[in-house]
Amino acid sequence: MSADVTTALKEKFPQVTDRPSADHPAVNVPLDDVVAVLRYLRDEQAFDLLMDLTAVDWSEGATPRFTVVYHLLSTTRPGTYVRVAANCAGTEAEPVAPSVVSVWPAADWHERECFDMFGIKFQGHPDLRRILMWDGYPYHPLRKEFPLAGIETDLPVADIAEETGTRVIAAPMAGGPFVASPGEMNLTDAEPRAKDESWSDRGARPDQTALRQVKD
Amino acid sequence: MATEYSFPDSAAKAAEATQEFQTEKMSLSMGPSHPSTHGVLRLQMELDGEILTKADPVVGYLHRGDEKIAENMTYNQFVPYTDRLDYLAPLANNMAYAIAVERLAGLKVPPRCEAIRVITAEMARISAHLMGLGAFGLDVGAWSVLLYCLEEREKLYKLFEELTGARFTTSYTRIGGVTRDMPEGWMERVNAFCDQFLPILEEILKLLTRNKIFTDRTVGVGVISKEMALAYGLTGPNLRGSGVALDLRKDKPYSGYENYEFDVPVGSTGDCYDRYLVRGEEMRQSVRIIRQVIAKMPDGPWYATDAKRIFAPPKDKILTSMEELIQNFMLVTEGPQMPPGEVYFEAENPKGILGFFIVSKGGGVPYRLKIRSPSFCNLSILPKMCVGNLISDVVAILGSLDFVMGECDR
Repeated sequence: MSADVTTALKEKFPQVTDRPSADHPAVNVPLDDVVAVLRYLRDEQAFDLLMDLTAVDWSEGATPRFTVVYHLLSTTRPGTYVRVAANCAGTEAEPVAPSVVSVWPAADWHERECFDMFGIKFQGHPDLRRILMWDGYPYHPLRKEFPLAGIETDLPVADIAEETGTRVIAAPMAGGPFVASPGEMNLTDAEPRAKDESWSDRGARPDQTALRQVKD
Repeated sequence: MATEYSFPDSAAKAAEATQEFQTEKMSLSMGPSHPSTHGVLRLQMELDGEILTKADPVVGYLHRGDEKIAENMTYNQFVPYTDRLDYLAPLANNMAYAIAVERLAGLKVPPRCEAIRVITAEMARISAHLMGLGAFGLDVGAWSVLLYCLEEREKLYKLFEELTGARFTTSYTRIGGVTRDMPEGWMERVNAFCDQFLPILEEILKLLTRNKIFTDRTVGVGVISKEMALAYGLTGPNLRGSGVALDLRKDKPYSGYENYEFDVPVGSTGDCYDRYLVRGEEMRQSVRIIRQVIAKMPDGPWYATDAKRIFAPPKDKILTSMEELIQNFMLVTEGPQMPPGEVYFEAENPKGILGFFIVSKGGGVPYRLKIRSPSFCNLSILPKMCVGNLISDVVAILGSLDFVMGECDR
């Protein structure tokens, strides 16, 4: 049954190609056909649930840089999944993909999260705002160039920032891939810390101006 | 052919209210610290009198960047982070994550390991649903339910502690197995718990099922139609309450669920009351599953003994044998070795379907790990379904959706 989906899909859309997958049937779809393919899968192949919509960042300078991945599940054909992947168009700084909110309203929040985390502009989305980070946050944290520790930014609320003089600071990192610092008697300092390849507070901080700020 | 999804009732009600009263709209922020938002959900509401004309959920207050963190650590190191997703059912999260990574490795764990995981997942389901029911009752004014529920949860926590060493943050699974076998006599104690739990469960449900105040607050409130539930990607009891019998334990069995008999309760109208009934029945079914697993518990190893690059060797071997010492050293420093590939696995968790999408480029660290959290998807229906309801019904709706913000915000 699982082979049926890809075969039927390839008959209908000859531009669809197989995608290597360790489990479910998976296809690569050109970006322009995503909405049509997903609509076909929903209406003709009974994939009525959009389970997941996410993106993968293939690291800085890679082509394609971003791939959007959809996972569909069918409730009438129990346990049948299909994975649809499409490479984003647009520039590295501003990748674009079509919105599928018109096919599944469930895509609304998923696309907002994807935009928040990767900066992918979903064209046709009715309300593309950040969802997990606050409005006005200047970075897209799941991009590969964003450091694990985070980057110092302003507080989201200006008057509180002014009153208290505080900022959102980067997480303290002790460097090294999750190692405890031997010889530290202070447990807070000795506690295993996250790996961060870009900098540690024992070393120099990289030039953060190189990181792209989001333009409104 | 764009399909329009809407709640005709709610939109009409909202319009009617605006027509009738013509009052000034008031905006009200509910949360992030409000007892009925179960954590740190914030609802930005626009009210006309007592009727909602707009509701915009603001999530993300508990965002910790779990997906970013996962990209920077080995597969086993991420297990404790899965505890903190749906922190009311950590054991179920542990299991879902472990199976996802095992699918990536193409690893089959022994039947005993699968059976232990099923027991823990079902106990976690009972414990999560107890909290869900207790908090729901509390939200609509039934205080005593919560106390009964907490007492039963406490008994479950004692059993969890005995098994995993921790009451709450269990981190019980490892890739390719579990941390330790069940202690002597633990299964009997679980059975004893089940024996005494069923009558108490009946008592708890009796407090709500025919309770006039409870039914007045929940019957016909927050109705989600089948089509809406599917369109918004609802899963778990919220989807089944709307009449869709989607349960991955039946539809795509994992971890040996196909060996056990159980029923999937389904609601008919999709209101708050139906979602409550589904949760109640699911606890009975969980007890049924636990009993079958214990009766059929297979002997044998409780971890994948042949997966030398994935599961750590026994401690006594590490301390006495060179080969096992090296094996353990490599595993700890470099992580369980995975082939490159993409895998997406979903498990039927108490709150809904928890999915892990893992992209691996080989080695011991995931290249990308996406967590599909049921609470996030279940909450995305709120802006649609709250409109036109009374503000007091919002409390009942939130209670009946039974979400956990730790999982929603990740």
